[in-house]
Amino acid sequence: MQHRLEEIWMTISVGILVVFMIIIGYQTFALGMGPPSHSETIDPQKVEQIAPFDDPGVKEIAENEYEVVMILQSFGFNPSNIEVPVGAEVHFTMTSKDVTHGFQVPGTNINAMVMPGHIQKISHTFKEPGNYLVICNEYCGIGHQAMSTTITVK
Amino acid sequence: MEQSLRETIHENPKKILGVNSQDAKVSLSYLTVAFVSLLIGGILGLVQGLERAGLIQLPSWLNYYQVLTAHGLLLLVVFTATFSIGYLYANLSHALGGLLPKVRKLAWTGFVLMIIGVAMVVTMIVLNEASVLYTFYPPLAAHPIFYIGLVFVVLGIWACCFGVFINYRHWRKNHPGEVTPILAFFTMGVFVLWFFASLGVTIEVFTLIPWSMGLVETTNVMVARTLFWWFGHTLVNIWYLVAISAWYVFVPRIIGGRHFSDKLIRLVVILVVILNIPGGFHHQIIDPAISQSIKFLHVFMSLSIAVPSLMTAFAMFVVFERTGRRLGGKGLLGWLKKLPWGDVRFLAPMIAMISFIFGGAGGIVNTSNQLNQVIHNTMWVVGHFHITVGVSVVLTFFGICYWLIPHLSKRKLTPKMNKIGIIQTLIWTVGMIIMSGSMHIVGLLGDPRRTSDTTYGGHEAAASWVPFEMLFAVGATLLLIGVIIQVYAVFNMMFFAPKGNTEYPVAEPEDDETPTPMWTERWGLWIVLLLMVVAMAYVVPIVDMLLNAPPGSPPIRTW
Ligand code: HEM
Ligand SMILES: [Cu+2]
Ligand SMILES: [Cu+2]
Repeated sequence: MQHRLEEIWMTISVGILVVFMIIIGYQTFALGMGPPSHSETIDPQKVEQIAPFDDPGVKEIAENEYEVVMILQSFGFNPSNIEVPVGAEVHFTMTSKDVTHGFQVPGTNINAMVMPGHIQKISHTFKEPGNYLVICNEYCGIGHQAMSTTITVK
Repeated sequence: MEQSLRETIHENPKKILGVNSQDAKVSLSYLTVAFVSLLIGGILGLVQGLERAGLIQLPSWLNYYQVLTAHGLLLLVVFTATFSIGYLYANLSHALGGLLPKVRKLAWTGFVLMIIGVAMVVTMIVLNEASVLYTFYPPLAAHPIFYIGLVFVVLGIWACCFGVFINYRHWRKNHPGEVTPILAFFTMGVFVLWFFASLGVTIEVFTLIPWSMGLVETTNVMVARTLFWWFGHTLVNIWYLVAISAWYVFVPRIIGGRHFSDKLIRLVVILVVILNIPGGFHHQIIDPAISQSIKFLHVFMSLSIAVPSLMTAFAMFVVFERTGRRLGGKGLLGWLKKLPWGDVRFLAPMIAMISFIFGGAGGIVNTSNQLNQVIHNTMWVVGHFHITVGVSVVLTFFGICYWLIPHLSKRKLTPKMNKIGIIQTLIWTVGMIIMSGSMHIVGLLGDPRRTSDTTYGGHEAAASWVPFEMLFAVGATLLLIGVIIQVYAVFNMMFFAPKGNTEYPVAEPEDDETPTPMWTERWGLWIVLLLMVVAMAYVVPIVDMLLNAPPGSPPIRTW
C-alpha cells in the first residue's frame, strides 16, 4: 500500500517536473524567449575605444526598431534618459567599464547581468507608453542605489 | 556487535548512549559561536529592515553595504557552519561511541582556525575595507586580509571534514560487514559535500589574493563567479542535508514513532550528495557568456534535486500518519491531532518542514530560466532564502537546541523553557511570513535586492514599493525579538537550567524492517559519481570561459 502510494506520488511529481522542463525548453528554443546569454567579449579597460561602444547612443536600425549601445559604469548609464516611440522594438547592447552591474526595467521582463569583459544583449518591444524606470540591480559600490535612469516611451 | 547494540538501545537507550563530556565541550563551543553570530547578525538584519523602510538613517561611519556584508557572512557562513559542526560532531560522538582523540584535536584545530579567519574577515568589514557583500564578486576588490581570512575559515572546515572521514573509517574498519549508524551516515554525507563544495571557492580565493595585492594585474570575473556558485549553491544543500537529518532521525522519536526505512533515508543522502553541486548555475541564468543550451541543461540539473526532496516529503508524511494512527488518531485527518504540537522539539521542525513546501515551490520558479528573468536580483530572492534557510533550516536548528543543548550540558528542558520555545517559534514564524511574504511580492514589482533606501528620484515605480518595505521593518522587528529569545534560551539551557539527564532522541527502525544493504556504504563510488556529475556540468562551460576569455579585470574599489 505504502509502496504503491510512493510510486504514484513520485511518478506524478516527477511528471510535473518533466512537463515544466518541456515548457521551458519550448519557450527557450522554439519561441526564442531564452534568458540573455550573449557571448561576445571585449577588453574592459578599452571599452570606449572599441566599436560599437566608441559611440554609445540610440540608433534606429529599421522601421520602429532601435539598437541602444550602452555603457554601464559606477554609478550610471550612458546613454541615459532614453526616448523611443510606442511599439518600438529595442535591442540593448551593453557592457561594463568597471565592475558587474545589472540592467533591470521594472514592469517588463528586461533583466540582465552586465559584466566587464562581456557584451550582453537583450531585446524588448515597448507596447505601452510611459516613463519606465531603469535600475542597476547588482551591487556595484557605495552609490549603487543611485544608479538609475529612465526610458520614455511616447 | 551492531545487533547487540540495537538490543541495548531497545531496552535501555540512556544506558550506553550519549555524547561523552570531552566531545560535548567541542560541540558546545561551536554552538556558542553560532548563537553569538546569530545575535549580531540578527541585529544587523533589523538595521537593514529599518533602513530599507526609510525609518532610520545610518551614521556616516557605517554604510548599508558594510552591514549587509556582515549580515550575509555571519549568518550564511558562520552561524550555519558552526551550528552544523557542533550538532553533527555531537551526532558522530553519540553514534560511534565517542570521537577518537585525534579527531577531537582536529575539531579544536578547526575551531581555532575558523575563529582566526572570522576575526580577520570581520575586522576588514568593520574597517570598510571589504564592502563586497558575501559573494565578493571581482573585480570589486577587498583588502587581501579579507580573502586570507576566508582561507582560514575554509581550512577550519577542512579540519572538521578530515576528522569525520578519519572517525568514520576507523569505525568501519572495526565493524566489518556492518553499515554505519544512520547519524554517522548523514554526517559523512554533509562533510563530503562540504569538502567538494569548498574546492571551487578555494581556487577562486587563491587567485584573488595575489590579484588584490597587486601581484597579478587582472582576473577572470566570469570564472570567479562560476566557482563562487559552485560553492554557494552547494552550501544550500549542505544545510538542507543537516536539517533533514533531524527530520528523519529525531523528529519521529520525539513524536513517539519509528523512523522511515533506513535504506530509503540513505538513498536520499546519496542522491543529495551526488546531484548537488551543479545547481550553482541557476544563480547565473541571466549572465552573459553561458549558452542557452548549457543553461537549459542546468535547469534539469537543478530540478533533479527536487527528487530527493519529494521522497523526503513522502517519508515524513508516512511517519506522521503512522504514528498519529498508532496513538489512536481516527478518520482521514484525526492522526494530525495526536501529534505533540505543544512540544517545541516537534513544533519548530514541523513548521520548518511545512515552509519547505513553499520554499521548494519558490525554488522551482527561481531555477526556471524565463521566470528567473522576472525575479533575478529582486527582493523576491531575499524572500525566498529567508523562507528556505531562515525558516526550513534555521527553525529546525532552533528546535534541535531544545534537546541537544540540555543533553550536552547535562541539564533538563523545563516545561517553562518549552513554553518559551513555543512562543519563540511562533514569533519567528509570523515575523518571517510578514518579512518574507512582503519581499516576495515587492520583488515581483521589481524592487531590487542589495540596495539601500532610495526613491530613484521620486519615480512612481519605486514609490509603489514603499508599503511593502514598511512591512520588512515590521517583520524584522519581530524577528529580532525572536533572535533574542532564542539566544536567551540557548545560553540558559547551557548554563542555568536544572541539572539532569536529557535523552538523545534517536528514532528506531520499525520492527519488521529489512536490513540495510551494504552497497550504501560505497562512499568511493558516490564520490566518483559526484565528480562525474560535476564534470558533466562544469567542464564545458569553464573550458569555454577560459578559452574565450576576454582580457581580465584589474582590482577596483567603488566604495
Ligand atoms: C533577525 C532576523 C533577520 C532579519 C531581520 C533579516 C533581514 C534581512 C534583510 C532586510 C535583508 C535584505 C537586504 C537587501 O537585500 O538589501 C537580508 C538579507 C540577507 N539575509 Fe537576512 N535577516 C534575518 C535573518 C537571517 C538569517 C537567519 C539568515 C541566514 C541564516 C539570513 C541571511 C541573509 C542573507 C544571505 C541575505 C542576503 C545578503 C546579500 O544579499 O548579500 N538572514 N536580511
Ligand atoms: Cu549597481
Ligand atoms: Cu542555489
